[in-house]
Amino acid sequence: MRGAKSAKWVAGAAIIALAATACGGGDKDGDSGMNSGKADPNGILTAQLGEPQNPLQPANAKESQGSRVLRTIFSGLVDYEPGTGKLTYVNAESVTPNEDSSVWTVKLKPGWKFHDGTPVTAKSYVDSWNWSANVKNNQTNSSWFQDIKGYEDVHPEKGDPKSDKMSGLKIVDENSFTITLTGPVSYFAYKLGYDVWAPLPEVFFKDPAAAGQKPIGNGPYKFVSWDHKKLIKVRKFDDYQGPNKAKNGGIDFKNYTTAEAAYSDLRSNNLDWIEQVPTTSLTSYKQDLGDRAIDAEYSAVQSIVPAFYTKQFKDIDPKVIQGLSMAIDRDTITKTVLHGTRTPADSYVARGVLGYKPGALGDITKFDPAKAKKLIEEGGGVPGNKISIQFNADQSHKPWVDAVCNSIRKATGVECTGDSKPDFQADLNARDNKQVKSMYRGGWVLDYPVNSNFMRDLYGTTAAGNTSGYSNKEFDELAAKADKAKTLDETVKMYQEAEQLLKNDMPAIPLWFYKNNSGQSENVFGKIVYGQDGDPIFTDVQVKAKK
Amino acid sequence: MGRYVARRLLQMIPVFIGTTLIIFLMVHILPGDPIRAMWGDKAADPAQVASLRHEFGLDQPLWKQYVDYMANLFQGDFGKTFGGRQVIDEMSESFPVTLRLTAVAMLIEIIVGIGLGAWAGLRAGKAADTGVLIFTLIVISIPVFVLGFLARFVLADTLGWVAPNVQDSTDYAQLFLPGFVLAMLSMAYVARLTRTTFAENLRADYMRTAMAKGLPRRRIVGVHLLRNSLIPVVTFLGTDVGGFIGGAVVTEGIFNVQGVGNLLFKALQQREGSTIVGVVTVFVLVILVINLIVDLLYAVLDPRIRYA
Repeated sequence: MRGAKSAKWVAGAAIIALAATACGGGDKDGDSGMNSGKADPNGILTAQLGEPQNPLQPANAKESQGSRVLRTIFSGLVDYEPGTGKLTYVNAESVTPNEDSSVWTVKLKPGWKFHDGTPVTAKSYVDSWNWSANVKNNQTNSSWFQDIKGYEDVHPEKGDPKSDKMSGLKIVDENSFTITLTGPVSYFAYKLGYDVWAPLPEVFFKDPAAAGQKPIGNGPYKFVSWDHKKLIKVRKFDDYQGPNKAKNGGIDFKNYTTAEAAYSDLRSNNLDWIEQVPTTSLTSYKQDLGDRAIDAEYSAVQSIVPAFYTKQFKDIDPKVIQGLSMAIDRDTITKTVLHGTRTPADSYVARGVLGYKPGALGDITKFDPAKAKKLIEEGGGVPGNKISIQFNADQSHKPWVDAVCNSIRKATGVECTGDSKPDFQADLNARDNKQVKSMYRGGWVLDYPVNSNFMRDLYGTTAAGNTSGYSNKEFDELAAKADKAKTLDETVKMYQEAEQLLKNDMPAIPLWFYKNNSGQSENVFGKIVYGQDGDPIFTDVQVKAKK
Repeated sequence: MGRYVARRLLQMIPVFIGTTLIIFLMVHILPGDPIRAMWGDKAADPAQVASLRHEFGLDQPLWKQYVDYMANLFQGDFGKTFGGRQVIDEMSESFPVTLRLTAVAMLIEIIVGIGLGAWAGLRAGKAADTGVLIFTLIVISIPVFVLGFLARFVLADTLGWVAPNVQDSTDYAQLFLPGFVLAMLSMAYVARLTRTTFAENLRADYMRTAMAKGLPRRRIVGVHLLRNSLIPVVTFLGTDVGGFIGGAVVTEGIFNVQGVGNLLFKALQQREGSTIVGVVTVFVLVILVINLIVDLLYAVLDPRIRYA
């Protein structure tokens, strides 16, 4: 009797306590003393990681989980400076173009070794790229090699490959090779920072499947073990020659079933870094973690895209889309509905990317209901006076879609509803098959930090990322010209011009740039620094020495 | 008895084929292509998509995919995940974890549930009985995930008695909290069921006879009453094993247990047909076998029950 009753009271009290703290938020971690104590150069960091979808082969990591690990094990030719997007050399001594940027010469820093002790040579790169580009080897990122001459021989649209070598790759000597492209690309060196361009050791080609389970790289960390769905261990590679030597002893990547589970382990210092604060804790995490809360912008943009193949948007006056854009109150929505996890977008290109121009879209991304209404009227109105925004319901898109719709409805009187698809697969299916009824949610994370990546790869008529049916000859011509420009500066400038063309056309309505809302444990010394791709720079993270 | 078991085993075959077929069709009827989805928002390369679809046999007609799948299954081959691992490896890593969790939950359910039920049943109508009824009613009305979060919040985040998550899924001590949460709901049902049958059987003729014979109370309750009251409880416990494995999807998620619920959830998200069908196939087998065991247990509890 007594036991039963008191159990009831405990449950009741717990519910009240839960409600109270949910409003107030705990402040016990307010002052965390991040910089007190000493750093231990051999300390092990624990970081959250989902199970990589594919084997750990450099060209096979389309999703962020696999590529997060691969980037610690492999070092590529180049990397980027966080914040500015400037190119830096890692394994390459130089990457130089010829006069029209169609032939590139790569010189490697000598003396580099793979983790198994074999040297990193020009051959390691050429063999790796030839193997990864081959359609038969089923690497999800194989299309990254399509700029190289001879790509269609190893990766035909149909049937078996004619060759297992791309004619564009030539080894000059042990430490240098040349890349001949199908045409000039002034920013080709920038593309080389992506995971797919990593070198592979000889032993890889003997058994690629086994190598995918136990990768041998040339990076700052060497692979130790992969306990599937539980733990991946990498440890500092002592003979590493690169500029980004690890400042910690290694990383244990731990798998979590939910963001909530990871967050509660972070708070109890069982985990040092999480990838994203769970939605339920977004309002309180800064109070919970104090200085240890991370809130950093990265180069990704979210937009809503009109489906230009529909009757509604086929011959639309761009003024209508501009009007819709001005009807969205980005400031309020990012602050309230999205809890400050995004910042309002003012251009097609994300911040931190070469060629980003603050306020490139001018007034079009500013909230102005009167002008929005006027523009839509001038443009002849929205056909049917009703739009819908397609999104996938398996991620938390619904709140902001509703808010955007609400904003449009209130400002302009245009009816707007969310068009929910059950999951991401179904959403993509409708986009690929051109079945979107009105507009859809689009997102883009940078591949390489040059503004072309946010324009040509999305809005070019034949661009693979263009699923809206948008086409503008003038833009295509300008983009082609920009790619052939003699210098990178010229390319970037021309793409800035192209952005103004897009502004008149409105192939999409940019909404906001993404931010990282994450946290670090009390074991981390100093604040974790992030790269432009939204992942921490793990080699720079320092672990506190145990007292 | 032997014939009964043989007949039951034969009955399993059509059930088995039917369930796998339904799951197989359901996975494939969903819109969207899991291979295409590997590319996400970015554009997919059609040649590579075609090559991957071929590798996983997704370019074959559906009936052939099913026939191939079943043919491989009978040779013990559950197929491959998109990541290139054998589904059987994935399952042999996660099933023991869930079985351990289920065992912990089952133990709690049996000891606490039957104990509480017997205690209340012997005091039917008294304050203790009412207390148990109210307590179990509260437990039944709280959803498992609320209970899970509440337990973690109070015991781990506020009091700091336990780690918030399971760090090592092979450690029984760490599995106690998730096991307890998983068992709570069924425990309440078992307690109520036991209480009712106890209260009813107390008034049965054989009880009066036993008492009249002057048997000690311990023997009356422990053998005569308990044994006769357990039949409905055992039935419930049997069906509950299936419920536990299903409920583990939620509990494992909350407490970070890398078990089969988690495996199934991730596979569903990625639309990984071979894993989904494989896991459900094993589920079906487990439930069929448990049902058989429950039916056979009846005879142990009550020798009057005969199998024909």
